[in-house]
Amino acid sequence: MIELIDITKTFDAANTSHDALIDVTLTIEDGDIFGIIGISGAGKSTLARCINLLERPSAGTIRIDDVDITNFTGRDLLDLRSSIGMIFQDFSLFSQRTVLQNVMFPLEIRGDSRQHCRARAYELLEVVGLVEKANSYPSQLSGGQQQRVSIARALANDPKIILCDEATSALDTLTTNSILDLLRQINRDLGVTIVVITHSMSVVRKICNKVAVLDQGRVIELGTTEEIFDDPQNAVTSELIGEVIIRG
Amino acid sequence: MADSMSFFSDFIARYGSLLIQGTIATLIMTFVSSALAYLLGTPLGILLMMSAPNSLKPNRTLYSVLGWIVNIGRSIPFIILMVALIPLSRLIMGTSLGVAGAITPLVIASTPFVARLIENSLQEVPSGVIEAAQSYGASTFQIIWKVLLSEALPSIARSIPITVITIFSYTAIAGVVGAGGLGDIAVRYGYHRYQTDVMVATIIIMIFLIQVIQTLGNIAVRRIDKR
Ligand SMILES: Nc1ncnc2c1ncn2[C@@H]1O[C@H](COP(=O)(O)OP(=O)(O)OP(=O)(O)O)[C@@H](O)[C@H]1O
Ligand SMILES: [Mg+2]
Repeated sequence: MIELIDITKTFDAANTSHDALIDVTLTIEDGDIFGIIGISGAGKSTLARCINLLERPSAGTIRIDDVDITNFTGRDLLDLRSSIGMIFQDFSLFSQRTVLQNVMFPLEIRGDSRQHCRARAYELLEVVGLVEKANSYPSQLSGGQQQRVSIARALANDPKIILCDEATSALDTLTTNSILDLLRQINRDLGVTIVVITHSMSVVRKICNKVAVLDQGRVIELGTTEEIFDDPQNAVTSELIGEVIIRG
Repeated sequence: MADSMSFFSDFIARYGSLLIQGTIATLIMTFVSSALAYLLGTPLGILLMMSAPNSLKPNRTLYSVLGWIVNIGRSIPFIILMVALIPLSRLIMGTSLGVAGAITPLVIASTPFVARLIENSLQEVPSGVIEAAQSYGASTFQIIWKVLLSEALPSIARSIPITVITIFSYTAIAGVVGAGGLGDIAVRYGYHRYQTDVMVATIIIMIFLIQVIQTLGNIAVRRIDKR
């Protein structure tokens, strides 16, 4: 369970400061596929990055499984991060490593034996259906395949949580669907909690069971996916849903 | 034809061993200095990259101090540095002459150059990739070793021939101040004794060596770069 309590994040520039998140409070239960949606600049990435402390909140508390992690540093911080998988819009694979070596990375970081790293990486490539590409380099793969590799990499440490920041935004509809299917399968089979950052309501509708709508750093709507779709309380939400209805 | 053949064999008989010794001296100066310059310049480049504003370990003071040192090193023309460093060279190598004497100024002149090249190569690594590594709990040391250096390797490899060729040309300047090598031969015979043939021979050898260095570099980069 991830609990965000009154999270505020302020970015200080030379003489201005900008509140990227304001008093964000929400709870993500184990096994959720939790959507965080909003327009560009709403603060979605900042919020996701607070969960593994890539960004430190200016105020508020983050609890994961009842442990207050807000002020984790040093070894605790690194262990926390290695227990949370993350995937990115631009895949962020290591270009100089093979597919297999990319998936091995999080395990190597933990100091696992080379043999174990390899065996585990092969298992994960099996899960994402890319065993035959084990010795290719990322530059030799399509976008969808690259995202599969990064999902395998995110799964390497048996995380309980995976953060997906616009994981499908760079992909076409068909590839998007196959990636979303894969995420759903991972959620169902491995019981991984998935946080899905997106600006697309159709992504939310396809896989999320709960959703928070973020606007200018605030949560303006929070509920199950059905609630939000059936009865949007906010103009921004309606607008985001409208797009889905128009675009299918 | 016979004349030109005998001219050629006469020339080899007379200057062959001189030119070979010169070539060896030049190559030793070039490669030993290059290796030492990378040994010192790489950590310096890493420190520069890491301490820069908005980098992984921002540190204004360290970044400015290192930047200053590197810039000073790079702004002094090599011939002046060479002369100015004669006492230091005597202290470190016991002499300011010959191949041994040239190493100290060559390394000191090229280390800042290497540091900047390394810094630039590391900066080219996409921030998203670094962030991915951080998100998997990589420590700073692991990020430097397993991500930055490894991802920047093609770019670093591409800059190595540039460094080696720069140092190669420095050795010719060093030659004038008593370092020996091809530069020394070219100046002694070509300039002081008007023996154009010897000078032309050294030029041909230099052109050949530079081509070889660059070609080997290109082959290495092609093998290393997986992008
Ligand atoms: N490191 C930073 N320094 C200063 N401001 C930042 C920083 N990171 C984000 N911001 C600001 O915080 C706000 C929220 O950014 P964030 O990246 O979280 O938005 P987002 O919802 O993910 O947008 P997008 O859909 O475009 O990715 C933006 O106004 C952005 O300019
Ligand atoms: Mg974002």
